[in-house]
Amino acid sequence: MVTYDQIYDVIVVGAGHAGCEAALAAARMACRTMLVTINLDAIALMSCNPSIGGLAKGHLVKEIDALGGEMAKNIDATGIHFRILNAKKGPAVRASRAQADKQLYRIRMKRVLEQQENLDLKQGEVTSLYVENGELRGVELQSGIRYLSKTVVVTTGTFMRGLIHIGLNHYPGGRAGDQPSVGLSDQLKVLGFNVGRLKTGTPARLDARSIDFSKMETQFGDDLPQPFSLSTEKICLPQIPCHIAYTNERTHDIIRSGLDRSPLYSGIIEGVGPRYCPSIEDKVVRYPEKDRHQTFIEPEGLNTTEVYPSGMSTSLPIDIQIAFYRSIAGLERVEIMRPAYAIEYDYVDPIQLHNSLETKVIKNLYHAGQINGTSGYEEAAGQGIIAGINAALRATGREPLVLTRSQAYIGVMIDDLVTLGTQDPYRMFTSRAEYRLLLREDNADLRLREIGHQLGLVSDDEFDLFTKKRRMIAEEMGRIACTRLVNSSSQLTVLANRGIENIQKGTTLEHLLKRPDVCYADLAELDTVSRETPQQIREQVEIQTKYKGYIDRQLQQVEQSKKLETARIPVNLDYASIKSLTTEVREKLSKNRPDTLGQASRIPGITPAAISILAIALKSSSWKDNGQ
Amino acid sequence: MYIRDTIAAVSTPPGNGGIGIIRVSGDNAAAVGNTIFKPVCDGGLVSHRFSFGTICDKATGEKIDEAMAVYMRAPHSYTREDVLELHCHGGWLVVERVLALVLSCGVRLADPGEFTRRAFLNGRIDLIQAEAVMDIIASRSEAALQLAQKQSEGALSVRIEGVRVCLLRALALVEAYIDFPDDDLGETDVAAILVSVGEAQNTITGLLSTFEEGRVMRDGVSVLIVGKPNAGKSSLLNRLLNENRAIVTHIPGTTRDIIEETVNFDGLSVRLLDTAGIRHTDDLVEQEGISRALEKIPQADLVLAVFDASSEFSQEDQLILDALAGRRTVAVLNKTDLQQRFLFPNVDRFAAIVRIIALSGDGIDLLKQTVCKQFLHSGTTDSRELVALSRARHRDALVSAEHCLRQFYSGLSDRNLELLALDLRGALQAVGAVTGQTATDEVLDLIFSSFCIGK
Repeated sequence: MVTYDQIYDVIVVGAGHAGCEAALAAARMACRTMLVTINLDAIALMSCNPSIGGLAKGHLVKEIDALGGEMAKNIDATGIHFRILNAKKGPAVRASRAQADKQLYRIRMKRVLEQQENLDLKQGEVTSLYVENGELRGVELQSGIRYLSKTVVVTTGTFMRGLIHIGLNHYPGGRAGDQPSVGLSDQLKVLGFNVGRLKTGTPARLDARSIDFSKMETQFGDDLPQPFSLSTEKICLPQIPCHIAYTNERTHDIIRSGLDRSPLYSGIIEGVGPRYCPSIEDKVVRYPEKDRHQTFIEPEGLNTTEVYPSGMSTSLPIDIQIAFYRSIAGLERVEIMRPAYAIEYDYVDPIQLHNSLETKVIKNLYHAGQINGTSGYEEAAGQGIIAGINAALRATGREPLVLTRSQAYIGVMIDDLVTLGTQDPYRMFTSRAEYRLLLREDNADLRLREIGHQLGLVSDDEFDLFTKKRRMIAEEMGRIACTRLVNSSSQLTVLANRGIENIQKGTTLEHLLKRPDVCYADLAELDTVSRETPQQIREQVEIQTKYKGYIDRQLQQVEQSKKLETARIPVNLDYASIKSLTTEVREKLSKNRPDTLGQASRIPGITPAAISILAIALKSSSWKDNGQ
Repeated sequence: MYIRDTIAAVSTPPGNGGIGIIRVSGDNAAAVGNTIFKPVCDGGLVSHRFSFGTICDKATGEKIDEAMAVYMRAPHSYTREDVLELHCHGGWLVVERVLALVLSCGVRLADPGEFTRRAFLNGRIDLIQAEAVMDIIASRSEAALQLAQKQSEGALSVRIEGVRVCLLRALALVEAYIDFPDDDLGETDVAAILVSVGEAQNTITGLLSTFEEGRVMRDGVSVLIVGKPNAGKSSLLNRLLNENRAIVTHIPGTTRDIIEETVNFDGLSVRLLDTAGIRHTDDLVEQEGISRALEKIPQADLVLAVFDASSEFSQEDQLILDALAGRRTVAVLNKTDLQQRFLFPNVDRFAAIVRIIALSGDGIDLLKQTVCKQFLHSGTTDSRELVALSRARHRDALVSAEHCLRQFYSGLSDRNLELLALDLRGALQAVGAVTGQTATDEVLDLIFSSFCIGK
């Protein structure tokens, strides 16, 4: 084994969506960073659906952007179909989604990495961590070279002991067309990590030339595509539509006829699949009463005929795949370009992580993405940027960044993972956030921009733009709170046209805006200053005014929970010695080793009584003595 | 803060009883036993065995009492600590002296409720159980005891869990439409959401209505006896008590001050207050008695208004009725064996009218039943089937859940789903606080088991 002569601050293993954000964050924080991947041509590859965002995922992307990450900029530059979901619902649950030109997405990200200062890209397979006397020193590659570093971020995706299934055939692979990573997960086991098995799947890629789109509904993106990133001014690529098709009873019969050769139903697959993203055979078996299932036929790019039928993932044998896809109206003569497959891979129990994503087992080692049991590009990227930031902070001797549950979806996700672990691939949902009304896409910058700037991930120019916006919002909020209607004849006419009568003279604009039948655009007609307000300021003022009652309610809840959230539990607390806890609670706490009382309170089976006992135990002097 | 020192206290109620028990809990319990207790048989104290012997003051050599002692080694004891119980003769003086002797061994006098607090802190019982145990200790009657036992077994938890499940189901429906807009779920199924919320609401309302009943059984009720002089109030009191507690004469105005006694009506603990007869009088002492009687009226849970059936409805009777305006009142018509001259001006204002003969005891049982019925809706005091909310904490949780559901209903027509979800979450959180559960993952489980979701 040769040892490379320079010592990195941060080495990132894997160049998927987590690895890219981790490497960029570390390098942008001026750390000597190396990114190593099995295949340099597959950087930021969209291995499954060619899209970014969606409910709660769009929120994650905007948070990554506010912190100074790359994902939002990358999708804005390569997106070919943008849509705001839940546009008719409230602002907290509105979410951005876009489809990417998959190849452009990967190529642009690679270019960004290549142009990044302090960042070296290497191709190779990491077969083991280099650990000396229990201390992490770097990584070792299959090619026989050892790279040294202060910290390592592991983002292995589906590659660790990856096993691809198509029908009863299976073969090792990290993803269709790529070699798996062998050896690393065995070493992690030896080091004391709990390694488990998960499964995911992807549909076939179909040839658009063989599809009759006239038999399908067409779905266009929004007329005015809204970018994800605060830094993007305009979406430049041409926009193209998707199509909606449906399965039918015949499709379901064909699928049922192939179940005996399904690796899922014959017990060959042991990994647990995602509950929210079942394969088509799973849907047919579990919902026999449903006579059709919907699929969006999504283009994979501007310059390819490959399309992606969403919701149609399967591990059925290839002959069944051909037959059932062809039973769908519009797909009668469809040609499969790449078959659908399921993949099993190793993940590491995220309970073995701190909130900083550093492992509790090996110091200076960070895990991000699917290795932590998550699924989704956005979830991976959200963890990636935090792991990268914290590895960089450690390498430079600083305290870690931990986002709270009331601060960001990223905070909710990481807290869920490290506190509760996960039984199936974890996906973000807005329902996971107890402070959902506070964590909106529209205020991601207000929540996180300052943090990004302090870390050095957001440039001064970008930050100036933000502080200007923040100031304008505050000024406008203040102005409408003390600007009153004079009930001039022109004002009364405008109100009457809106069907609003009996408004008292002296009513503030703020009060008026609180009414469900009034929006900011109406104010602009009543008062000349409002007319000048830019759109993004209008949006914030309107949301913050209309939802003030609810927002305040949630802020109050945040305040109440602060006591538990900030009560830290010593890392080496000996739960066995707290006799007052029941055996069951002691075991759970010893296994999870929560960092705070707040985390402990979220572990299932930990009763309020147990939390009281723990709080008392922490306060007693004996614990202070043998604490950290 | 929980300090593991050894504590002791008298565990039987104050006063003279058949036996008095001193309980000691903590690491030194056995040492205390070996110091002050001399068993008749050799071999010292054996865990969970009663032994007979004497309690002696070593310093003076004086024998204080003959006693039984039992030692229970941790964790098989009420507090999960080492526990010693000394059962001695119940004279207060003896009990006090034994306690003093125990404390002289370096043991601290326990704070009120400290044994139960230790049982709770040591994981022997959970919070709801701990509260119920405090109720068992404080319960004044059989019915309250049964309620406390029932609650400690978790009957209340079961009902509250039912509410939680309904709320979870409703929330899962709401959340599904929020998180899966592209999943072909169809229109929001408002009807199904309303069914679940309605079911939760009904259970909450039902539970809250039992709160009053629970409180009554735990704390008992106060029943005020009023009436004009010589209507037979004191005779009635004596009948209800089954003893000659009040002085009864034929002289109007005999009772000057308020007489208070506690009695058990078929399981319900009743505090009876006999008062001076209400009339216009120049006697200063009697006047004071009357004003005291009037002062008591607003505090009473129930008033027994006693009328003399043999005399006509008088100005004094009217005075009494005026003073009772708005109070729950049972009219007691006494002396129904004599010639009837009494006519009620307004029958409807009484919760019930009972005819009795206080002197002979006729109608007294019926009156007792009537009193019970006023508080226990089931009409019986058999609490075995009853799940009553007897703790303010439980009531508060349900009231706050109900408040959230009211907001939910009021926002149905014009509020967004995520705001409705906030109300449902608020209700769930309130209910979960009683049993200590959080909901997020259960909501997701429900969504995935109810809807075909996934792209």
